[in-house]
Amino acid sequence: MDKRIRVLVAKPGLDGHDRGAKVVARALRDAGFEVVYTGLRQTPEQIAEAAMQEDVNVVAMSILSGAHPHLFPKVVDLVRGKGMKDCLIIGGGVIPEGDIPALKAAGIAEVFTPGTPTGKIVEFIKTNVK
Amino acid sequence: MEDIAQELLNGSRLALSRAITAIENEYDNATAIMKKLYPHTGHAYVLGITGPPGAGKSTLTDKLAKEYRKQGKTVGIVAIDPTSPFSGGAILGDRIRMNSLTLDEGVFIRSMGTRGSLGGLSHKTADAVKAMDAFGMDVIFVETVGVGQSEVDIVKAADTTMVVLIPGMGDDIQAIKAGILEIGDIFAINKADHDGADKLVTELNMMLDLDGVMKEWRPPIIKAVANQNIGVTELVETFKKHHDHIVSSGQLTQRRTERTKNEMLDLLSSNIGSYITRNIVDTGKIDKMVEDIKAHKIDPYTVVSEILQNMLK
Repeated sequence: MDKRIRVLVAKPGLDGHDRGAKVVARALRDAGFEVVYTGLRQTPEQIAEAAMQEDVNVVAMSILSGAHPHLFPKVVDLVRGKGMKDCLIIGGGVIPEGDIPALKAAGIAEVFTPGTPTGKIVEFIKTNVK
Repeated sequence: MEDIAQELLNGSRLALSRAITAIENEYDNATAIMKKLYPHTGHAYVLGITGPPGAGKSTLTDKLAKEYRKQGKTVGIVAIDPTSPFSGGAILGDRIRMNSLTLDEGVFIRSMGTRGSLGGLSHKTADAVKAMDAFGMDVIFVETVGVGQSEVDIVKAADTTMVVLIPGMGDDIQAIKAGILEIGDIFAINKADHDGADKLVTELNMMLDLDGVMKEWRPPIIKAVANQNIGVTELVETFKKHHDHIVSSGQLTQRRTERTKNEMLDLLSSNIGSYITRNIVDTGKIDKMVEDIKAHKIDPYTVVSEILQNMLK
């Protein structure tokens, strides 16, 4: 058996900065994961459909624009709607502490804010992927 | 999901996706899935897209897929990127060029890492193509990793192989070396708005002239600028011509017979390999054998014949 953890790294919304997403993608690759990177300015519908076609274990989203309260929960609903019940959905970016509880309640498994060592994200994924 | 193969045949896209995962990860149910899908395969036209890194294979595949969609055909895409030999991880980035196809219900794109395979594809590419074929895709693109000169597995997996080249990659001696230039049924010169495109066309033509004997099919050389959609319609027409040619000349049947044979032999070797791993390596029997061979109590040739005889009992 040759199982590898597959992760979709996605940038929902309109902000044009993917340095952070690329750093995370690279770290996940170096941890032995297969990382599908879809580039900038993805709609939640595109992210959910790509996650389904690629049968990923994890969807990791990055937002720097402040649109996370709207976009993160929408992606969760759409991914679940595709029948991907076990898919772990995590988020990162410039996200105020106060917003995190609501995101978690909406189904985002964990939120990683600036300064998080990439190793922490790798560990979280390894521990939580079913 | 109870019966992945059945749900796939019923049209579930999630089942198609899960089937490919099972195949790729060699889950226990993979063989059962393939057995059930196999009778439904053989209808799709499989197009191989290969060429060096950065030639524009993904962008061209994206445009070609759109052209087939205009004609009402459904399209599957298997896009392969390299797996790191150090970490086992991979960045699969071909989808970046194909984002506008994501929400088209007549298209299904799957990215795969090479996972140690060196021929430009992954070991499970052929089975992933079969799953898309059984799902009912009319045309299936297989986009290889960016290749150098000798990764030619694609020719065994595809009905028609297109080699994508770009100007400025080397002098004409590169064009007469063996390898990927021998496998093109069609050559696309992408980024043809860059300097050197006409020179490359001439060099390729000279290479083809050196073939000497008149062949029934001389690979056409088509100039394209994928990101401006230039040359795309012409390429699709050329695919059609090649398809008609291999059908009428009997080559398609011949290619598919050859492929079936290769796949059967691969399957056989891989099952023999697992048998050896399971019964000789994992059980530790191999250590005793190695000791005996080292001590010259027995020779390796006898040991191997005995293993094979036991296996065939």
